[in-house]
Amino acid sequence: MTKRYVIGAAVFAAVFAVQQAAAEELSMVCSNEQDWCDLMVGAFSDKTGIDVSMVRKSTGETLAQVRAEAGNPKIDVWWGGTGDPHLIAASEGLTQPIGVDTSELLGWAQKMADISGGRTIGIHLGVLGIAYNDDVLKEKGITPPSCWRDLADPMYKGEIQVANPNSSGTAYTELATLVQVFGEDEAFKLLTEIGKNVNQYTKSGSAPSKAAARGETGISIGFEHDMVKLAKAGFPLKIVSPCEGTGYEVGGLSIITGAKNFDAAKKFAEFALSAEAQSLGPQVGVYNVPSNKNATLPPEAPDPSTIKLIDYDFATYGSTETRERLLKRWDEEVKGSGN
Amino acid sequence: MRRTITLWIVIGLVGFCLLPWYMVDSGFWTFTWIFHFAAQENSSGLLQVFLHGRFWLAGPLIALLACAAVLGLVNRPVRAARMIAAISALGLLYTFVQGLIIVRGGPRLFESLLAGTAADAGQLGFGAGAMITLLGLLFVLTTAISAMGKGRGDAFVTGLIGLIISLVGIFVFYPVAHILISAFQSNDGTFSPGLFFPRFFNSDIWGLGCLDLKGSCGPAINSVVLAILTGAGSTLMGLAFALIFTRTDFKAKPLLRVLTIIPIITPPFVIGLALILLFGRTGAATALFADVFGIEKTRWLYGFKGVYLAQLLSFTPIAFLVLIGVVEGVSPSMEEASQTLDANRWQTFRYVSLPLMRPGLANAFLLGFIESLADFGNPLVLGGNFNVLSTEIYFSIVGAVANPARAATLAIVLLTLTLGAFLLQRRWVGSKSYATVTGKADSGRHAALSSGVKAACYMTALPWAAFTAIVYSMIIFGSFVKLWGYNNSFTLDHYIRAFGVKFKNGIHLTGVAWDSYFTTLEIASIAAPLTAFVGLSTAYLLVRQNFRGKNVFEFSTMLSFAIPGTVIGVSYILAFNFPPIELTGTGIILIIVFVFRNMPVGVRGGIAAMSQLDKSLDEASITLGANSFTTARRVIAPLLGPAMMAALTYSFVRAITSVSAVIFLVSAKYNMATAFIVGRVENGDFGLAIAYSAVLIVTMLTVIILLQLIIGKRRLRRSDRVETVVVKT
Repeated sequence: MTKRYVIGAAVFAAVFAVQQAAAEELSMVCSNEQDWCDLMVGAFSDKTGIDVSMVRKSTGETLAQVRAEAGNPKIDVWWGGTGDPHLIAASEGLTQPIGVDTSELLGWAQKMADISGGRTIGIHLGVLGIAYNDDVLKEKGITPPSCWRDLADPMYKGEIQVANPNSSGTAYTELATLVQVFGEDEAFKLLTEIGKNVNQYTKSGSAPSKAAARGETGISIGFEHDMVKLAKAGFPLKIVSPCEGTGYEVGGLSIITGAKNFDAAKKFAEFALSAEAQSLGPQVGVYNVPSNKNATLPPEAPDPSTIKLIDYDFATYGSTETRERLLKRWDEEVKGSGN
Repeated sequence: MRRTITLWIVIGLVGFCLLPWYMVDSGFWTFTWIFHFAAQENSSGLLQVFLHGRFWLAGPLIALLACAAVLGLVNRPVRAARMIAAISALGLLYTFVQGLIIVRGGPRLFESLLAGTAADAGQLGFGAGAMITLLGLLFVLTTAISAMGKGRGDAFVTGLIGLIISLVGIFVFYPVAHILISAFQSNDGTFSPGLFFPRFFNSDIWGLGCLDLKGSCGPAINSVVLAILTGAGSTLMGLAFALIFTRTDFKAKPLLRVLTIIPIITPPFVIGLALILLFGRTGAATALFADVFGIEKTRWLYGFKGVYLAQLLSFTPIAFLVLIGVVEGVSPSMEEASQTLDANRWQTFRYVSLPLMRPGLANAFLLGFIESLADFGNPLVLGGNFNVLSTEIYFSIVGAVANPARAATLAIVLLTLTLGAFLLQRRWVGSKSYATVTGKADSGRHAALSSGVKAACYMTALPWAAFTAIVYSMIIFGSFVKLWGYNNSFTLDHYIRAFGVKFKNGIHLTGVAWDSYFTTLEIASIAAPLTAFVGLSTAYLLVRQNFRGKNVFEFSTMLSFAIPGTVIGVSYILAFNFPPIELTGTGIILIIVFVFRNMPVGVRGGIAAMSQLDKSLDEASITLGANSFTTARRVIAPLLGPAMMAALTYSFVRAITSVSAVIFLVSAKYNMATAFIVGRVENGDFGLAIAYSAVLIVTMLTVIILLQLIIGKRRLRRSDRVETVVVKT
């Protein structure tokens, strides 16, 4: 009886030990859209047999968590979301060089890896644009804008919504884009004029487009893939790529310094950068531009060849000094100009 | 006292000798550690000391054994108690200090002293063994203190005080200190307290620019004004509802009851969204008013008005939950006496009933005030350019420019405001007695309301109830249509995506929401009873016991409530990601954060209800030979039905609906419903978010009704009825 119990326990323990050894694990934070996160995790697990636990958090929240957990991270890999927080994490040493092959990637994605010393790699491109609610503008009888400069026209008074660059990375991208398109002084002059038409500086970067979709505001500034998604959902939202040229964000992928499952994380990085994985996006309504040259581009995605893209300088405008200087100036000159 | 101390020493020793001292990787409840008990990471404190050379862990063992020795050798009880108290206190202190000094990466202090020992390998967080050992030491300490004659020599009372102080210390002060300290640091992390005052009194925070109706005020001013109005409004509204319930013969009371509960069981941004769809520039009501009355469509909702409306909707139920018990408890004998003395119904209400409700009113106001200060969801959705402290703090932490110093400073401002409100509330309630449940028989006939008061109650409460009903039917409606507001054709898609089930070779839960749904329910049902217990025990101590430092103790229990969730969330990561207490990534951290964040509601409700119970009830019980534990259990607890109900309901619901603290603490394995919903809302996937919210609302409603059935109604008197008014012709 006793003997049998001991054997049973030993077998149980052995089985358990084997199971533990067999399952490679990966802990991931995903800052992309939930459906996209779920799909990729499923595809990756199927392919590699690695057991992924994933949670979705916004980039700001993830960065705050990664900072707080520095030294004993609970996260291995951080996939998706706008590139700035990834670059900040890289510059603070919170993430480590990944060491994957980037030769199949487009130029802007490789550049991301260069700037960060290989700590962050570009996974997709999101173009900055203007959206307007067709119904609202028609009802008010105002013509839709097509350039940045149009937004300063007094006929849009109280109709424009954009996020506050102090809290939103999207809005900071807009600020930096205008500075690069028009030069700093001219850009701030324009922003002040646009400010007279702004009804609200929202906290979150995606809020203005959602408000425009519902007609709570006439015009919004934000990322085009968010707008495409809303328009696809059935809202009367039309998208404009400004004529003077526009900036973009590059979604990042990073591995956290001290990650407990570095190998699995690297495997995920390789997978996420492959053409095969990046072509899955449109299945779940992801309409940004993938970074792998060989990935199929979704037809709904903003086609970079038809949009005038500026050569966005991530190194300069991602640096803390430039950021603080521009934001201070924004606080002083632009913030109070609205109503 | 000897027996109790011996018992706790034995428990402490069992914890030290038989349970794994450190946190077990595979989880304590898998019990796999039993099979590898000798392995370093799984062994108990005893084996750590003698088998693995971790000599520094002998401290708690020595303390326990020394206590036992004193118990056996010293004959004079008071002297023995003093010595035991000193030894166990030292043991506790030592155990924590060693945990803080020797961390994962090895020793932080005394490196040279510990070099070359097992300490170089570092140590993990406290596990089950450490917890039981510490608990044993703690209760040895408190029992010894009671034996010294403190706390009227009552081991139960000192034990309870000791337990709650330790818990609040570890799970409120310890983490919060981590983040508040950055208010006193310069940007590069050096300590420079001189920076604090310019930061604190910055015009960015306290600006009064809105007084000329053009500029905008600082977030602190905005928050205070909003909080005062919300506190007052929700208290008034809650009182109106409570009076209708207890003092009128209103027919549709059950319906009203449901309507008053629903708003607290709703994730906050859902209310915001519903308000936008009603009153936004393109909202249904706005369109109606524009068509019928030609009122211009404006964006009035975004800003103070919208936030205020949403907060009233959200927090009136909390005021109601606190007030209903209090209004019920006001003894009819007082009212009868008043009427016998020829006061009319208005005078009775104004000079007798209302003053007796003072503790309830004050507590309801305080809760509304604090809730409004800490509210994050509503200002985020509806705030417009109206900045409040909670959103400012959130974006100081997660915004494009992280500024922990500003976040900490703002958090301190928020705490200061809370402290101010708390002190004012204390002054107003004063030291009068509000005891009306005395154990003496009364007729149970509440005085009816005078017609003026009754009309006022109906006029405030009923339109409000109707409004709530409209908002909620819109939400339910929204979950069944394709694209709320634009494409209103019927669909079940959202529900199928979230909660789909496939019947093929058994049942498969294919919906995307199931995981977080079950985790949420599990964590909420563990947290709720713990919260109620901690909250009501604290209330019992505050109302029924006198001890030194009671005011500080009371305020400290309110602290976690007053701190915005974001600050709590980040401070929990900062504090509990590293040994000695390592909890991040577990479900336990979620349970703990809920217990200590929601405990104040239990405390407030408990205080309000308990100050009505006459002390003679306790005294009668004690005189008949019961100790204070039995008294609390058999006399006080049964009379606290509504308070217990409120605490349980509230903590259960808050565990399901709170957002800001949770967002930082959810992990891949333990995701919560609200974090999931927020992610969906962020991506503009409103249909699924609302469908999920609707399912949560129904779930919570079911649980609340079940709770109500189980706990039942407290019977204060033979029958509760309202005096029938004889209409004179």
